[in-house]
Amino acid sequence: MQIELNGENREAPEGITVADLLEVLKLAGKPVAVEVNRELVIKARHAEHHLAPGDRVEVVSLVGGG
Amino acid sequence: MDDNQFQIANFKLQTERYIRQSRFAPLGEDGQRRLMAGRALVCGCGALGSAIANALVRAGAGLVRIVDRDFVELSNLQRQSLFDEQDAAAGTPKAVAAAEKLRRINSTVAVEPVVADVNPMNVECFCEGIDAILDGTDNFETRFLLNDVAVKSGIPWIYGGCVGAEGQTMTILPGETPCLGCLMETCPPWGSTPTCDTAGILGPIVGVIASIQAMEAIKILSGNRAAVSKSLTAVDLWQNRIRQIDVQKLLEAADCPTCKRREFPWLAGREGSRTAVLCGRNAVQITPPRAISSLDELAARLSPHFALVKNAYLLRFRAEDCEITLFADGRAIVSGTDDIGVARSIYAKYIGA
Repeated sequence: MQIELNGENREAPEGITVADLLEVLKLAGKPVAVEVNRELVIKARHAEHHLAPGDRVEVVSLVGGG
Repeated sequence: MDDNQFQIANFKLQTERYIRQSRFAPLGEDGQRRLMAGRALVCGCGALGSAIANALVRAGAGLVRIVDRDFVELSNLQRQSLFDEQDAAAGTPKAVAAAEKLRRINSTVAVEPVVADVNPMNVECFCEGIDAILDGTDNFETRFLLNDVAVKSGIPWIYGGCVGAEGQTMTILPGETPCLGCLMETCPPWGSTPTCDTAGILGPIVGVIASIQAMEAIKILSGNRAAVSKSLTAVDLWQNRIRQIDVQKLLEAADCPTCKRREFPWLAGREGSRTAVLCGRNAVQITPPRAISSLDELAARLSPHFALVKNAYLLRFRAEDCEITLFADGRAIVSGTDDIGVARSIYAKYIGA
């Protein structure tokens, strides 16, 4: 299925969860904030939130420099 | 000139200095007066801290307290806007160099430089009488400590972070908006996130994030809390993307130890790294509370920039006249200094805390 990830179209396996997607992106365990269709998905729900075709996903990696 | 004349002259001078600011209707003269009585703590005075302190001192905050543990180096000048070549040559402490520059910019603001490593023992003292805390730190460990003290004392604080060409900021109004613990749950493992010293940093992103932070502080100090952003703002100046993520939902959802359970583990010293000066060895040992994520991952980040010695148990490299030996459990020995602040600064810069 097609999803939009950080503004770009991308192929993703059917029914992939937010947690799976973070794993694919090598961001599992990293500090991130994830939004699906303009709605924040809290970390406790990453493993149970399945993405649907056309979902617009934003993944923000929180950075620590300054 | 008698006292009265002096006060009138001073008032005129101040009015003139801030006229473009108080003409902005949502701030106005009342807001400007409140701002001039406001007290800000800038914690960390590197790239973000320099730009934040510059903005707040020019805007006429009443007091700007600047705490930093580091010294100016040539590699800072590309982005740390308050410092110059003289400061780098002299190795002036950043808080001191910043205060000298800021007092020349606006002598009417009380600028308080403090050369110190912020830790659970001293952080509450630095926050005494403060109305807004601004994040100019370079590591998550200090941010979690600031989050604890801010939530405990009900002081608004403004998180900001940058690496490469991207950065984020979020304002925390304790009790009204989610805190850093709600957003991140836990401090990322030591050594797991890129730092400015390993991934690089471009000056303009610092200006953007610091400007947003300073504006949020101006709103808070001038009594305009309603105008404060309720979102996490993420800016990527290379990919040309600005995102705002509404985080209000976290306020109900997260079972946050800091703002829900009011445990303040960082302030209590239960979280955070432990340090010890190794007697007679001119070295400091830093022990994080948990193992680092992966020695291999860290080696991959450091190897383009340093000659690494690596085996199954440790990584060793030299930076800033010190030798850093990092063990797989995250413990590091920084040789070449007996100053805990210097050692912690090196750990934060090259390994990431």
